Formats: sequence, structure tokens, C-alpha cells
Amino acid sequence: MIPALRIEHLVKDFRHPMTLRRMRVVDDLSLEIRAGETFGFLGPNGAGKTTTIKLVNGLLRPTSGRIAIFGREARDLAVRARVGFLPEQPWFYDYLRADEFLDFYARLFDIPRAERRLRVKRLLDRVGLGDRARDPLRKFSKGMTQRLGVAQALINDPELVILDEPMSGLDPIGRRDVRDIILELKREGRTVFFSSHLLPDVEMICDRVGILVAGRLLDQTDLHERLAARETESEVRVAGISPAVYRQASALAKRTVGSGSEFLFEVPADGTVEKLIDLVRGDGGRIISITPRRESLEALFLREVRGAKPGEEEPS
Amino acid sequence: MKIVAIAINTFREAVRDKVLYSLLFFALGLIAASVALNRLAIGQQAKIITDLGLASISIFGTLIAIFVGIGLVSKEIERRTIFTIVSKPVGRGSFLVGKYLGLVLTLAVEVGIMGACFLGMVAVYADGALGPASVAIGVIFLELCVITAVALLFSSFSTPFLSGLFTVAVWVIGHLTPDLREIGAKGGGVLASITEAVYLLLPNLTRFNFKAQVTYHLPIEPALVAGVVAYGLVYIAFVLMAATLIFERRDFT
Repeated sequence: MIPALRIEHLVKDFRHPMTLRRMRVVDDLSLEIRAGETFGFLGPNGAGKTTTIKLVNGLLRPTSGRIAIFGREARDLAVRARVGFLPEQPWFYDYLRADEFLDFYARLFDIPRAERRLRVKRLLDRVGLGDRARDPLRKFSKGMTQRLGVAQALINDPELVILDEPMSGLDPIGRRDVRDIILELKREGRTVFFSSHLLPDVEMICDRVGILVAGRLLDQTDLHERLAARETESEVRVAGISPAVYRQASALAKRTVGSGSEFLFEVPADGTVEKLIDLVRGDGGRIISITPRRESLEALFLREVRGAKPGEEEPS
Repeated sequence: MKIVAIAINTFREAVRDKVLYSLLFFALGLIAASVALNRLAIGQQAKIITDLGLASISIFGTLIAIFVGIGLVSKEIERRTIFTIVSKPVGRGSFLVGKYLGLVLTLAVEVGIMGACFLGMVAVYADGALGPASVAIGVIFLELCVITAVALLFSSFSTPFLSGLFTVAVWVIGHLTPDLREIGAKGGGVLASITEAVYLLLPNLTRFNFKAQVTYHLPIEPALVAGVVAYGLVYIAFVLMAATLIFERRDFT
């Protein structure tokens, strides 16, 4: 089967405008995304994610290497008709109304008028802006603009949807909405390629993940395996236990914080959590919460770069 | 269809940015002029109305062509709206031509309204000049189309400020090229070659000036008009092609 996206030995250099020194932003990147897959493109800020996405969308010309979308050159206009794209922090024509805006984009695909009207209405409803169709974009909040940007990316019913940091700058509800839309796209069988510098955005919805650091792709093994390896310990909050059980529990924990009737135990994520739960339950105590603590994505990046073992842990 | 969509969107932006409000100044000027005209002798009235009218149509149009023209592409890049356009199945050439036609449409509306008011006054004060005046307005419009193309060319690779500077320079030199060529030819040598090159490369905007024919009610030869129109269209095509070539290679960072 022809992959939705195939990137081969992609290199992009920029020249510093003053010193003319060459800076390599994307360094020998090879990547393949299968049709129907949801792929998370991770990396810290400045890793080259946006540059890669711009190259894929024909906004930049590669210094060398090849990009093929559904087996054809990325800037081929016939291929562009099958792709939807939402840039990072999008800004749109603020003198247009939401419906005019989407209608304009539909015209760029030569969609007939009757069909345009239908799609515009359906998409505005889908991104929760159905009642704002006649509002000018200059009155839109950042979250609304982002949602409209998603609608714009779907106007041509694309097979491949590319979203650059679709959740950045959104409040928790906005993030959830975008995540739900991506999950819906996945259910509809579309290929989704999206970037993020935040792991929680990615881990719940992606089939696979690629991590980009300093222009190089680090790994492409299965997401869940890799993330499971990062779960290093859990925080268990309990209440109503006897002093004897408290002493036993403390022996299992790396660290214990206690105040009055509530205690917090930090335990390794290797089955000790289950032991602790059994202990507390057997004593008639209550489990208030269990919070897995994970190595942060930044720490993971560092470890990948240095090839080091898990070191400092931070809550995710 | 795509080009038309981009053109209409560009026109809509100009209208909603209130570019056409500049017509109010033109209308106020016209009213003031007509009040003043009543104090003048009949012969003088006709000359002044044609001179003033054509000059203001040209100036207002040029201001819009330059100031809106230099922002046509750079504004799209600066606001990053271009990211979602050129990633769609829209060729970069189509994008440029669409933007260009959008501004040309804006200018057509602006010049059309100014021209209609002007011809109304010509009919009252100098009805013998109606024919030449109509032709003169058409040719001014063509000149504006040439200036817009030049502004778009600069805007396709440089900042709005520099584009503005370059376009104004072309506009000024474009009105002097025949004189420059003459001076150069007298000087001879390298100077002659340079002025000849400038004459060929930059638009000769003096060709678009039919003021004398209107003022003195002289007939305008159709062949002359055809020559000017052909010159203008070829020049525009040449400039738009150059802009497309540059734009095709451009990275949008």
C-alpha cells in the first residue's frame, strides 16, 4: 500500500540573514506514515517540527531529500487537493465572517456552490461554531480561531490531515475539543499527522509517535511501549489506616508524607502500588487517589539524546 | 475559479478596509472646484476642470495602486494567511494573478466612480472634450494597472517599506524615462547604454498621458490608443511573469 506520507533523507538549511551562516534545521529526516494512521510528531520547541510540516505542505523547498504524499511529489496540485493543513497559531482574514471564510477556502478546491453551502454549515456545527457563522473573525477568541482553522483544514474532505500544534494556547476545554475532533478523524479512517511539544496531547490518541530533537528523528517504535517505560513511580493517597499498616506501607514507599489522617506514599511503579492497595484495603482504609508520576517529555528527550538511563522524574 | 475567488477576496478586503472612502475626498474636491469655477471665465473653466480632474483621478488611483499594491503579498506573508492558501491546490502564479486582479477590480470601481463624476462636470463645462476625456480616463486606468503590477513584483520579494520606496521610484523615473534617454544619448558612451537600458526596462509612463488632447479638444488616433494598450498589457504580463518566477522559489518561513 502506498504510504500517506513518505519523507526520505530530508534536509533543510537556512542562512542567517546577517552572517549568512548556514543553519541546519532538519537533518536527514526519514519518516513514513501509513494510510489511516494517527501519528504524533513530538519534540521540544525549536526541534524543527514546524519546518518539517512546512516542507511537507510546500511552503518551504527542501535543501535535499524527497517528500511524497500518496506517492506523488508534495507540491503537486492534485496531491494538495487530498491534504488538509492547519498551521501553528493560525491567523486568518479578520475582515471575513466565519461562513464567508470557509466558503472562500472551499472555492480554492473548486467545490460547487450548493456543496459549499452544505459543507460550510456542517463544518461550523462540527467545530462548535454553528451559531457564530455570521460573526466577523476579528471578534473571535484564540480558541474559536483555532477551531475555525480545523474546519478550514477539513473543507476538502481530506484523506491526510496535517495539524501543527493544534492544541497549543488552548484552555483545557479547547484541548479536549480538538482531541475529540482528531479521534473522530481517526474513526473516519483519515490519516492524521500532528505535532505537539506536550506529551499528554499525544499519548491518548496516537498510534505511533516520532520524536524530533535538533532536526533529527530519534525513534519510531510503538508509543505505548515507550511511554510505559517512562512511568517510574506513583503517588498513592490514603486515609483511615492504623499505625501498624502505616509502618508497613512506609517500608514499601520511597517517600512518605503524612498529615493527620491522610497519608501520601510515593511507590515505584513495578507492582508495589498493587501491594500497597491490598494492604490499605485489608486494614479497612480508603484509597483517595493514585497518580502515576512520569518522566517529563523534556527529560525523555534528554535521555534519548544522551542515551542515558531514566534520571530525574517529574510529574507529567 | 480559484483566481476569481482570490480576486474577489482581495477586493472584499479593500472594500472592508474602507479604501473606497478615499472617494469622499475626491467628491469634496470636486464640489470645492465647482464652487471656485463659477468665478472664472468660460474658457478657463474648461481647461481647469480637465486638468484638475484628470490629475486627481491619476493621483488618487496611484496612491491606492502603490499603498494597497505593496501590501498585497507581504501582508499575507506577515499575517501568515498565505500558509493556508499556497498549501491548497493553488499555484503560486494563480495566487499572484488573483491578488493582482483583486486590486485591479478595486481600482476599476474607484476610477469608474471618479471618472463618471469627472465626465459629468466635463459635460457641463466643456462638452466638446467628452470623447477624449473618456479615452484619457481609460488610459490612466491602464497606467494604474501597470503601477499595481510593479508594486506586486516588489512586494513578492521585499518588505512593504522597500516595495513602497521602489515603486515610487519606478513611478517617478517612469515619468522621466524619455527625457533621461535623451540626456543619456547626448552624453554618449556608457551613460547612453545605461539610460537606454532604464528606458527599456522601466515602464514609460508618459505614454499614458493624454491630457493635452483633452484640454485642446484634439482628436485621439485609434492607432495611438491601440499602441498604448498593447504596450501596457505586454508590460503587465512581463512583470507578472517575473513576479511569479521569483515567488515560485520563495520560502515562507
